[in-house]
Amino acid sequence: MMRRDTSRRVIAGVCAGIGARFGVDPVLVRVGFVLGAMAGGVGLIVYALLWLVVPAARVAGATPLLRGRTERASVQVALGVGLLLLSALLTSRALGVWFSDALVWPLVLMATGGALIWRQSLGGAPDPASAPTAPAATAPAGSGGQRAAPAAVDYARRRVRSASRTTLGVVLVIGAGLAFLQSVGALSLARDVVLAAFVVAAVLAVILAPWILRLARSLSSERAERIRSQERAEMAAHVHDSVLQTLALMQKRAGDPREVASLARRQERELRSWLSDHTAAPGERRLHAALRDAAEEIEREHRVPVEVVAVGDAELEPRTEALVAAAREAMLNAAKFGGGSAIDVYLEASDGSVRAFVRDRGPGFDPADVPQDRRGVSESIVGRMERNGGRAKIASSTGAGTEVELVLEGSGR
Amino acid sequence: MSLPRVAIVDDHQLFRAGVRAELEGLVDIVGDAASVAAAAELIASTEPEVVLLDVHMPDGGGVEVIRRTAEGHPSVRFLALSVSDAAEDVIAVIRAGARGYVTKTISGPDLADAVQRVREGDAVFSPRLAGFVLDAFSGADPPPSEQASAADLDQLTPREREVLQHIARGYMYKEIALRLEISAKTVEAHVTSVLRKLQLSSRHELSAWAVERRLLEP
Repeated sequence: MMRRDTSRRVIAGVCAGIGARFGVDPVLVRVGFVLGAMAGGVGLIVYALLWLVVPAARVAGATPLLRGRTERASVQVALGVGLLLLSALLTSRALGVWFSDALVWPLVLMATGGALIWRQSLGGAPDPASAPTAPAATAPAGSGGQRAAPAAVDYARRRVRSASRTTLGVVLVIGAGLAFLQSVGALSLARDVVLAAFVVAAVLAVILAPWILRLARSLSSERAERIRSQERAEMAAHVHDSVLQTLALMQKRAGDPREVASLARRQERELRSWLSDHTAAPGERRLHAALRDAAEEIEREHRVPVEVVAVGDAELEPRTEALVAAAREAMLNAAKFGGGSAIDVYLEASDGSVRAFVRDRGPGFDPADVPQDRRGVSESIVGRMERNGGRAKIASSTGAGTEVELVLEGSGR
Repeated sequence: MSLPRVAIVDDHQLFRAGVRAELEGLVDIVGDAASVAAAAELIASTEPEVVLLDVHMPDGGGVEVIRRTAEGHPSVRFLALSVSDAAEDVIAVIRAGARGYVTKTISGPDLADAVQRVREGDAVFSPRLAGFVLDAFSGADPPPSEQASAADLDQLTPREREVLQHIARGYMYKEIALRLEISAKTVEAHVTSVLRKLQLSSRHELSAWAVERRLLEP
């Protein structure tokens, strides 16, 4: 099955398609077609037939003919159509079928302009939904906020260009019609009629302009309203699935204050992350997010509030992952032995070094009292950090809570 | 000492009622307001010592309230109270003139304590605010400006940084004083100095946040 290869096309990808199908260099095929065109126009007719008959190949990930590529290609295609028609007419003239100049040039102009308009309107205006995301997907990972803006600008620019191409096409077609009328001599006769029609049109335009304007405005405001109501529906669905469910659950558990507080906190976090996900660009998971997830897990399982404050962030690699695991262990201990007090987690990452503090306000303990055989804490926190080239310090005293300090020097880069 | 005279500005009726109930007996609540205009009126008529200010309200929020009233009533102090986690909101209201920021989940006695400290002219930093400030003042220091005093405003001293880090780690002022072996008054002084820098600094990050909230013309 032969397909036109639109990704390597010159006009419509016929030659490239033939080349690909039969394993020939497309340039050779193209030379063949040019020779064929010179030999009485056979090449042109065959080419045009193939263009009509052979479907375009679907290029993975792109929508070649109609969208995206219209940018560069439509002017070329329009020129191609015009030139094809011109050569066809000249060929037939050479063969003895006579077309006057008065017919040839307007026809060529009209074909070119028409091809422009058709390609623009068939290709459609660039799709607002897909346009801004497409460049972002292919762009190398960059910071989230800067990504959207150039894409939007790019999209606006493309729209302007697309509009100007359509205008060019319209001008060409009208010009062709006028040129034809002029050459046939009908224009001078028609002038009076045209003038009258023009005056009527102008009068109508003045009268109808307010209505048309209002119609356009109401259409656009209707569209905005539709988008708003979609957003509202999405928001309502989310609130229903999460917030209302949680509120119902809290009413049922009203007798257990800790459970209620934990439900409320969990819902708050969930809602916050949902709200901020709407603005934040998706990216790779980083240290702060991993630590926050660990904190949420502890909070959920042990019903102890855990507050995470972070300054800076770092990549998530084996060493920082070990730090998260150690911090999780420290939070777990604070949740178990901290007497239900709130846990403060502070993360500081800069210049490649990372420090994390996990602190509770529980009864604390005297480090000297911990028996040597109870290596759980020591192994899972201190040992883990040391194995990964970091260190951990546990500071506690009776009555003043416990703080675990985790340090990774010069990591994260 | 008499109870501090407090006004509550928040557009959520439920929340105003909740704060009233929690602060009952701890402070003297002179009134509450649900909008920027009502707040301006309330502050003008009652001259409270401390205004508990919601960051997010229709028609401008806490920033707008401070803008309208701070000049006419220099003795009124503002404490921002918000559910917002967004750094730019918090920094904006501090730069507008609030003397502190606490989250709405704060307990009644802690809130009363914060009100008392703001009334005495101190700054109140929650761990989260301390984190934001460290973030804003982290990274490369701006190029030295021609005026030495301006450059000083654009960076924190090592001691201020240390104090903020302890606040972010969840330590109270008294505990910080103990750990750093300085007096509680010195801790207060450091925090107040940070607040001043926060309000006056021209550091890019802070200015950008302020511009975003239309505090300054870009």
